[in-house]
Amino acid sequence: MGKFTMGCFSSLVGSMSLDFAVKLSAAAIEKGHKVDFWVSGNGTMLSIKGQRAFKDYSALMKPVQELMGKGLTVTACEACAEARGYNKEVTMEGFKRHSMDWYLASAFDADRVLHIGGE
Amino acid sequence: MATTKLGFIVQRPPYKSENPKLALTHAIASQSVEVYLNDGDLVTADIAFIGDGVLNCLRNQKAMEKYGLTSTESHIKNSLLLDLNVMVCKEDLDRFGLSENDIVMDAEEFGAEITTKVVPYSEITKMMEEVNHLLFF
Repeated sequence: MGKFTMGCFSSLVGSMSLDFAVKLSAAAIEKGHKVDFWVSGNGTMLSIKGQRAFKDYSALMKPVQELMGKGLTVTACEACAEARGYNKEVTMEGFKRHSMDWYLASAFDADRVLHIGGE
Repeated sequence: MATTKLGFIVQRPPYKSENPKLALTHAIASQSVEVYLNDGDLVTADIAFIGDGVLNCLRNQKAMEKYGLTSTESHIKNSLLLDLNVMVCKEDLDRFGLSENDIVMDAEEFGAEITTKVVPYSEITKMMEEVNHLLFF
C-alpha cells in the first residue's frame, strides 16, 4: 500500500474543499493507504475542537476524529493556527501542530501528493 | 540518500488571497526540512510565477508601510537568499506590459548570490516535468 500526502488550505466554512479532502482521506484509508493530511492557512480551522454541527455548515470534527482512530495523521500549520487565535487549548485531541517543513518532509517519501489551495 | 523535488506554481495575484505568500513560506521551509529526514536526504523547491501570479514579483511593494506586513517581495528576496530557483513566466510578464525592470530580480542587499530567472513558459513546463510533485497556489 502507498503513502498519500494531502495539503488543504481552504477554510472549514465557506468552501467544500475540506469536506472533499476529508472524504478522500477516508477513501484512501479504506483502501489501506497511509494518509498524511496537512492543513495550512484558513484550513487550520479544521483543527478547532467544539465544532457545532449545523446542517447549513460543514462540520468535520466527528469524521476527522473517526479517521484519526483509523490511522489518519492530521497536522495543522502551527504559525497559521496561532495567527488566527487557534491555540493549543482549542485544538482537538490528536490533531498535531508543526511548522511548514513537516508537510515537505511528508511529501519527501509520499507516493502521491495532492495539494488543494486556498480560497 | 535521496532528493525529492517539489515545484511551487504561483498563479494567483498578491494580497487578494494568502496563497502566494503560503507558496513562498512553504518553499522556504524546504531549507529546514532535514530535521525530519535521514542524513543526506533532501527536499528541493523550485518556484514559478505564472499568469496573474507574476504580479507577486513587482518591485517596491509597500505592504510593511501600509499594512505592517512582510511583503511578498521580501519573501521572494528571502527565497533568492536561500538559493531557491525562482522563475517568472516571460509571456505572462509581457501580457501585463512588464519587464525585468519592474520585478524583483535580485536580493543583493540580503546577500543573495542568485537572481530571478525570467523564462519562457516552455522552461517552466520543463521544470514541472522534472519535479516529483507539483503544488499549485
